[in-house]
Amino acid sequence: MMWQAYWAVVRRDVLLAWRRKSEGLSAVFFFVVVAALFPLGIGPELTVLRNIAPGVLWVGALLSSMLALQRLFEADFGDGTLEQMALSPIAMPLLVGAKMLAHWLVSGLPLVLLAPVLGLQFDLSGDALVTLTFALLLGTPILSLVGGVGAALTLGVRGGGVLLSLLVLPLFVPVLVFGAGAVEAQVSGLGVQAHLSILMAMLLPALFFGPLASAFALRIALE
Amino acid sequence: MNMFRASFWLHYAGPQAFYGLAGRVWPWCAALAAVLGVWGLWLGFMVAPADAQQGEGYRIIFVHVPASWMSMVIYMAMAFWSVLGLTFNTRLSGMMTRALAPTGAMFAFLSLWTGALWGKPMWGTWWVWDARLTSELILFFLYLGYIALTSAIDDQRRGDRAGALIAIVGAINVPIIYFSVKWWNTLHQGASVSLTKSPTMAQVMLWGMLLMAMCFWLYTIALVLYRVRTTILQRESHTAWVQAIVQEIA
Amino acid sequence: MLTVSNISCVRGHKPLFAPVSFSLQPGQVLHLEGDNGIGKTSLLRIICGLSHADGGEVLWNGSSLSKQHPEVVEAFRAALCYMGHHQSLKDELTAIENLLFDAQIAGRILSYDKAMDALQKMGLKNRAHLPLRVLSQGQKRRTALARLSLTDAKLWVLDEPFVALDTHSLNSLQVILANHVQQGGMLLYTSHQAVKLLKTNGHLVDIRSVQMVAA
Repeated sequence: MMWQAYWAVVRRDVLLAWRRKSEGLSAVFFFVVVAALFPLGIGPELTVLRNIAPGVLWVGALLSSMLALQRLFEADFGDGTLEQMALSPIAMPLLVGAKMLAHWLVSGLPLVLLAPVLGLQFDLSGDALVTLTFALLLGTPILSLVGGVGAALTLGVRGGGVLLSLLVLPLFVPVLVFGAGAVEAQVSGLGVQAHLSILMAMLLPALFFGPLASAFALRIALE
Repeated sequence: MNMFRASFWLHYAGPQAFYGLAGRVWPWCAALAAVLGVWGLWLGFMVAPADAQQGEGYRIIFVHVPASWMSMVIYMAMAFWSVLGLTFNTRLSGMMTRALAPTGAMFAFLSLWTGALWGKPMWGTWWVWDARLTSELILFFLYLGYIALTSAIDDQRRGDRAGALIAIVGAINVPIIYFSVKWWNTLHQGASVSLTKSPTMAQVMLWGMLLMAMCFWLYTIALVLYRVRTTILQRESHTAWVQAIVQEIA
Repeated sequence: MLTVSNISCVRGHKPLFAPVSFSLQPGQVLHLEGDNGIGKTSLLRIICGLSHADGGEVLWNGSSLSKQHPEVVEAFRAALCYMGHHQSLKDELTAIENLLFDAQIAGRILSYDKAMDALQKMGLKNRAHLPLRVLSQGQKRRTALARLSLTDAKLWVLDEPFVALDTHSLNSLQVILANHVQQGGMLLYTSHQAVKLLKTNGHLVDIRSVQMVAA
């Protein structure tokens, strides 16, 4: 029963995102645009671009995730569906975790798939692109899981979007450091093991605590 | 009342009792802070010898280091009160956390600013991305986030609880953030100067910093207690005891 | 059985209403009355566990809900159906999808046929596969009513369920409510309109009234 409810939430949210295509796509387009703006701002020198690529692509992914975070609970909060989830006998953290999975599938996974393509624009090597993809695969879920707490706390609050960024960006710093660091390590020939292991070590507790903290924050918002 | 009984602490967890206690305590803290501050600054600026390498400019360390310490301590205090508040549902916890935040943010800002003032004569730049300064900057953002969130939420109770959660989440992340920034810094071999590293720290310098640290601590306690008293009056304005006080003043 | 004991609520430093107490047994209906702004919605939300009470407690089958024991809370939520001011329906989903997802998320088993059946009883058979977006307001309300008719929850807490319903839907709702009560369910609702619920034997369901007053 529990898992049926879990997958029901995942399917529903993905279905809704599919039908409201514009929302999901806008975050992805944002990523593409940001990645294109940097060369325009800095210059087409490939050596420079290769250097800044890991940071630029990661920051782009971060900002794009943050934009998408605002939508995580907003619609459900507005139409009363969130309330019904809070009143379901199924544990709320489970349902929230399902929402986060759906959110990542719609907003995070496209970034993971798109990043290697954009990385080509920055002349990153094949190995670096693989590392970048892997790192984003580990890192973007962390953004959805940890960012969810911020999204829940700022539901219906004035200045929501900017406030959300302020709350959540400091928490994203470790993911950024190790995520971009992994690609840089690959490029400079050092081992990426350490970086990816640390990302994994951050992902596992986030999988557990993210939905718990977010469910708690949602109940505060629903009071 | 016996301090070792739970009833002692529970009694002062109520706003009215705490109001009285805070009122008696803060003037002493303020006075002591002033004394220690003067003593510490005198030691730091008058007594301690000039540094062999850094000359007179290093003296800013007597403000910078204690300010950094306080910004960390205050955040931990906020997390402590937040845990208390969410567990026991006491009204006072939210008020204490909110009262601590601006002072904590001020110390973080002071730390950053004095760090920059130190940096300019030393390395010619106003800012340097070393691990400690960068972590301090992120801590400053965490403070701003708390203040922004609690100010934006109209309902007091919701604001208290939301703020408590973000304070706790932030506190858990502070070591992670610090670790990652340190890693990032060593990886890039950026400015590897430690603002607190000094091959030999003369006894007097240590004393100076300790005195300033205690001065800041007592200053914080005095200011926070004073601030909480005002908050208590505002939030409990509908109760008889507050109205009696207001009438007395009027 | 639901017991509400001396529930009081403070909003903005002032208590909203005088402490409220009542109990609701299976087969009973309670109409919560009070002036606009007295806090009827707040009270209903407190009873459901969405908001906190500043005094008193709510008991379900003798166990207090304020203590937050997981088994007690879970049992309560499994037996509860709450309809507040929001429709809790998704515009981009079809009527049938709304019903099916809703049931699964609430941990209930609902077959496709049963859901279609409920929609048909509401006159929505031909609209079942259209997104709610294109349905009229009345048709959306009827979808919400269909959802109500499908739940097996024992305690129904409804906030202004009769608002903006056309005559046909009003009748349908009254039938659904009467059936629920006759089968041993409990009903707690607020409404500015007087409502008559008819049992199958033609007699009126006895509706108790609780008046909320200012503190």
